[in-house]
Amino acid sequence: MLKKDKDNVIKFLETNLVPILFVIIIAFALPLSGFSIRYLFNEIIVRLVRNLFLVLALLLPIMAGMGLNFGMVLGAMAGEIGLIFITDWNITGLNGLFLAMILSIPLSVLLGWMCGKILNRAKGREMVTSYILGFFMNGVYQLVVLYGMGSIIPIASDSIVLSRGYGIRNAVNLTGIRQSLDRLLPVKIGTTLIPVATFALIAILCLFIIWFRKTKLGHDMRAIGQDMAVAEASGIDVAKTRIISIIISTVLAGFGMVIYLQNIGTMNTYNSHEQVGMFSIAALLVGGASVNRAKIGNAILGVVLFHLMFVISPMAGKNLIGQAQLGEYFRVFVSYGVISISLVLYAIRKQRDRTRAGIALADAQEVPE
Amino acid sequence: MTFLNRIIEKTGWPRLIIALFLLSLFIMAPFAEVKIGTSLSDTLIRFGMNGIMVLAMVPMIHSGCGLNFGLPLGIIAGLLGATITIELGATGTSSFFIALLLATPFALVFGWGYGNLLNRVKGNEMMIATYVGFSSVAFMCMMWLLLPFSSPTMVWGYEGVGLRTTISVEGFYLHALSNIFAVRIGTFLLPTGMLLFMGFICFLVWAFLHTKTGTAMTAVGSNPVFARASGVNIDRMRTISVMLSTWLGAVGIIVYQQSFGFIQLYMGPFYMAFPAVAAILIGGASVNKASIMNVLIGAFLFQGILTMTPSVMNSIIQMDMSEVIRIIVSNGMILYALTRVKKGAH
Repeated sequence: MLKKDKDNVIKFLETNLVPILFVIIIAFALPLSGFSIRYLFNEIIVRLVRNLFLVLALLLPIMAGMGLNFGMVLGAMAGEIGLIFITDWNITGLNGLFLAMILSIPLSVLLGWMCGKILNRAKGREMVTSYILGFFMNGVYQLVVLYGMGSIIPIASDSIVLSRGYGIRNAVNLTGIRQSLDRLLPVKIGTTLIPVATFALIAILCLFIIWFRKTKLGHDMRAIGQDMAVAEASGIDVAKTRIISIIISTVLAGFGMVIYLQNIGTMNTYNSHEQVGMFSIAALLVGGASVNRAKIGNAILGVVLFHLMFVISPMAGKNLIGQAQLGEYFRVFVSYGVISISLVLYAIRKQRDRTRAGIALADAQEVPE
Repeated sequence: MTFLNRIIEKTGWPRLIIALFLLSLFIMAPFAEVKIGTSLSDTLIRFGMNGIMVLAMVPMIHSGCGLNFGLPLGIIAGLLGATITIELGATGTSSFFIALLLATPFALVFGWGYGNLLNRVKGNEMMIATYVGFSSVAFMCMMWLLLPFSSPTMVWGYEGVGLRTTISVEGFYLHALSNIFAVRIGTFLLPTGMLLFMGFICFLVWAFLHTKTGTAMTAVGSNPVFARASGVNIDRMRTISVMLSTWLGAVGIIVYQQSFGFIQLYMGPFYMAFPAVAAILIGGASVNKASIMNVLIGAFLFQGILTMTPSVMNSIIQMDMSEVIRIIVSNGMILYALTRVKKGAH
């Protein structure tokens, strides 16, 4: 009995190791940073508005057993292309915002379909493949945006085209749609502005995910996530279902990117999407998700913890040893370290579960004396 | 026709396209008023600079650990060797060999830990290797700031603490190898010493793969069940291969520095694994098969394209698309290899 309790404690620590580690880091760094609670609360709200939608876009492929969708940057690129067009056409406000989202859909579907096809050829190594695919498509994106736009694809506005006549500038100003969604229904609590409209949109996505889990397609995905061979045997079209899960994730990532950038207000044409991929995945893992199990709660907790660390670590580094740079390196290290630890823990657990199942089978076959 | 088909089948489309692309670049070069001599010697120099880091892929592929995306770990061992050498005040050609010597224990210790980690995550090596590389680079970013280095050539001038982002190796081991037996004909420069050194290291690896341990290592990669049945300790073989790969990464970066002239710290090694991985794949390797020949062909083709595209493209269409081409070619090649893994091969 005692052994079982011990096993349970170990199991709890194992599944929640990353969030626990993070709470410890934050508890240590928070007083050092010297930020006020009010400031931090404000920051957390801003970060939730910016990032939560993107992080939630990762959930479906995890359900379908395809691991962390590093290919979400494809959706982010589609969202950015949508934003480039509406900026060029000078469509502002909510109209522009939603038009950018609509424009991103066909691109996201196409890219997601391609990503799904490729991942079906790389079963068992989806993550590393989607990761490299992100890099590859970044090259294609640069080819289109840096060389194709303004030369082959007509762009009228001079303000977003490089002075050489083609190619989009490094930074695109999104003043037209800046915080148009956030400012739609602002509610003030104390000194903090809560953008209710954005949160409503995120809530709708959460409801969609909850509802989707209960549909036939959702059940199929979970079955595939449990065991691909069994799912195949029971008549589920595994390849197609996997592609659909990636397509939905890519489309959602495109929407998420539009929401993210409308909050920030300027677009880093050639860098935004890369960072978004890494930070979203790290945030989800910080919330206690793993490669094969992620809930909405993980996403929310993850964004709060991860970005809290992000906000306080440079100041903490500066106050601790006088170098803000150290804190900045620290947060980069933590982002990558978290993903590493989660991947390693998942792989080790998988290997041990296999051994455990073997031992259980052997025990069951033992003849009682 | 069937003969042609067989050749295409054997080399694979992407490799063929890349080889033809490079060939056409060399043919176009004179018309674009690019000096063939300079381009060729640039290609050879870069081939020598990067060759050993490409070679660092071979042991791990042989033992079935997949592509070594964790190359930055080996590079960090090399960086530690290089910075400590300068800190100790060694100068001249001998400092190159001192750097190699000092990097070795780091590489072996890092490789041992890295190998043991990969043994516990079989089947997920490549993704974890990528992140081991990234995390170690990020971790070392903090260490470069904190480690007690004091040599005035390396630390920031005004603060006196923390290493600079780039450190010149002039006066230490700049061109220590490249200048040995260097041949200069007009604009053409042949870095004989560096190429010989690379050949020597390639020979060592080739010889190692033909020893008893080397053969056992290959057996582990191609058929683990068979290897176990014939009494080979799989985990031990894999660890040895990872240690060797890591050490080659360390040697590779020091050779790179002696030609390039600078030690690049902080985020410098971050993306260095990807060109090396792409190069060996272009040379004909796959996720579970690689030879020294693949290294040589791949490093030459890949570096050739990197050298030739900017100059030729620039003068023909007045558009420098070399960076984009590099991204698409290298990652496209990795993507191609990842989706073509034979079923049942682990």
